[in-house]
Amino acid sequence: MTSRIDKRFAELAREGRAGLVTFVMGGDPDYDTSLEILRALPAAGADIIEIGVPFSDPMADGPAIQAAGLRALENGQTLARALDMVNAFRQGDDVTPIVLMGYYNPIYSYGSDRLLDAANAAGVDGLIVVDLPPEADDELCLPAMGRGLNFIRLAAPTTDDRRLPTVLLNTSGFVYYVSITGITGTQAPDVAAVSQAVARIKRHTELPVAVGFGVKTPEQAAAIAAGADGVVVGSALVEALRGSLDGEGRATTATVGAVTDLVAGLAAGVRGARATAAQ
Amino acid sequence: MSAPQPNTFRAGPDERGHFGMFGGRFVAETLMPLILELEQAWHAAKADPAFGAELKHLSTHYAGRPSPLYFAERLTEHLGGAKVYFKRDELNHTGSHKINNCLGQILLARRMGKTRIIAETGAGQHGVASATVAARFGLPCVVYMGATDVERQKPNVFRMKLLGAEVVPVTSGAGTLKDAMNEALRDWVTNVESTYYIIGTAAGPHPYPELVRDFQSVIGTEVREQLMAQEGKLPDALVACVGGGSNAIGLFHPFLDDADVRIYGVEAGGRGLEGNEHCASLTAGRPGVLHGNRTYLLQDSDGQILEGHSISAGLDYPGIGPEHSWLKDSGRVSYVPVTDDEAMEAFQLCTRLEGIIPALEPAHALAQVIKLAPTMKRHEIIVMNLCGRGDKDVFTVGRMMGWDL
Repeated sequence: MTSRIDKRFAELAREGRAGLVTFVMGGDPDYDTSLEILRALPAAGADIIEIGVPFSDPMADGPAIQAAGLRALENGQTLARALDMVNAFRQGDDVTPIVLMGYYNPIYSYGSDRLLDAANAAGVDGLIVVDLPPEADDELCLPAMGRGLNFIRLAAPTTDDRRLPTVLLNTSGFVYYVSITGITGTQAPDVAAVSQAVARIKRHTELPVAVGFGVKTPEQAAAIAAGADGVVVGSALVEALRGSLDGEGRATTATVGAVTDLVAGLAAGVRGARATAAQ
Repeated sequence: MSAPQPNTFRAGPDERGHFGMFGGRFVAETLMPLILELEQAWHAAKADPAFGAELKHLSTHYAGRPSPLYFAERLTEHLGGAKVYFKRDELNHTGSHKINNCLGQILLARRMGKTRIIAETGAGQHGVASATVAARFGLPCVVYMGATDVERQKPNVFRMKLLGAEVVPVTSGAGTLKDAMNEALRDWVTNVESTYYIIGTAAGPHPYPELVRDFQSVIGTEVREQLMAQEGKLPDALVACVGGGSNAIGLFHPFLDDADVRIYGVEAGGRGLEGNEHCASLTAGRPGVLHGNRTYLLQDSDGQILEGHSISAGLDYPGIGPEHSWLKDSGRVSYVPVTDDEAMEAFQLCTRLEGIIPALEPAHALAQVIKLAPTMKRHEIIVMNLCGRGDKDVFTVGRMMGWDL
């Protein structure tokens, strides 16, 4: 069965450009503002949306996404609320792929089977669970595949050619290449090294490869997009949102625009990349 | 529990790092290749007599093993029941059982060609032991410590700095052990090539729970020999405190298949189990996934990890080593909570009756001994792991007692 993610990457291939994958923390800074941001993302230029599910102990995340998760948790965000959000988003948009991204414990606590059914019903297309390596595929990945949900795996600079087939075996939708050895939103990726890594992964799989962890500016996005199928931006969007909050950490009239303006800039960078590279 | 009993309680973990449903390897892909490499290096080291010999030499001449098994005569008289023995692991170099594991792991780090050491610490005992072995082998060392713990364990912070370690206060979360562990994992994922992470407790992704247990099992192995020599029999009961559970698994593991030995793990009951101000993950938590393993955790209904509370920084952790979770569910070990107040009373009793100032962590174990000994016969024997000395806690205890130090 063809998922919304497969369809979107097929369209992008026809357009001859990379996609912009935007990560926002669901419920940051509050449910209503976060939903408003989600609804505005496709028009601003997001091709795929990742919704972060906050966790108290985000071991792979840098300070920006840690803080975003805390803001969301303090305002009552849960995994169940993230599913509500997807449901609400789907009322007005049935084409933009939605991926839930987070850590395993909230899912395990909710119940893996129950979560997969609820995610399907809400219109979620894929899952990224940072702390579920292929060695733990029976936990969630295989049941997700069985229900037609994409399970998107991270590949890292430390994933060598010997290990790549293991990582790719049950991956679907796309491969998320972690461009640095590190946590989200800290170092800037080395574009040349990233292109080589993407080429290496593509020797092992037909799946699209999106690159993230550390991409912040339209220029960086354009540079990465020239050699990848997708560019993931998260910490920079979360930081733009934070910059728009008032002294008490509440949303202001500038909050939605702060995120969508940056998305528009990044989208322009990504969309111009192949054209530039071709010249 | 009416689950069928295994033939042996000492066979775990399986090749995927599972103790029953607990344990495993729940880490980000960046770390996964390294975790697999560590497992290989550990298996090779275990099979290498030279590794064992070097560890034995250092344990004897650097750490001071074997630690004595001491008959606590006045405490025994006072309690009027079973004979109480202390395993004196507080007499080890650096003042706790933590050195056993650190010596083993730094030898492993050297075998793997790692050039930088990181560690997390709660009470500071593991941080001090890590800084000590790093100094001994000339490797730079960074210790992550919750900001709250930095404040309440100042003497140990100073010791680590004297030993040349960099102590990084962690302000995320409540600034205690779990937050320090998150930050250490973030450092590791950023510096995978150069860095060895010395996890201080029998938790984390496989193979850590296994290798930490194996390095700490010297405690129980010595107790077996020493008690046979002194009393000509095995103990009737073993008692140890559990935070992550490394000293406890070290004492318990060599006795797990001796069905007549009753075994008690003592959790931090904090201000009581009614609210959230405790760290009794086995008694009051439920299974979840944190820091690379599935185990009992204190968590809310959404799977968010709760901040525990204990007077003892070393027990202030919302999880527990996965082997303990399995031993609880299989019914082999009884896990019981002891409150801050009970631990404080035990602390003072031990100090006055035996002339030993225990750390607040084993003071929890002692509080259980105080409850247990009078219910047992005079010829029966309890061995308690006195896993750390109390010098580090005098400021905390002074505050509790209303003294201005």
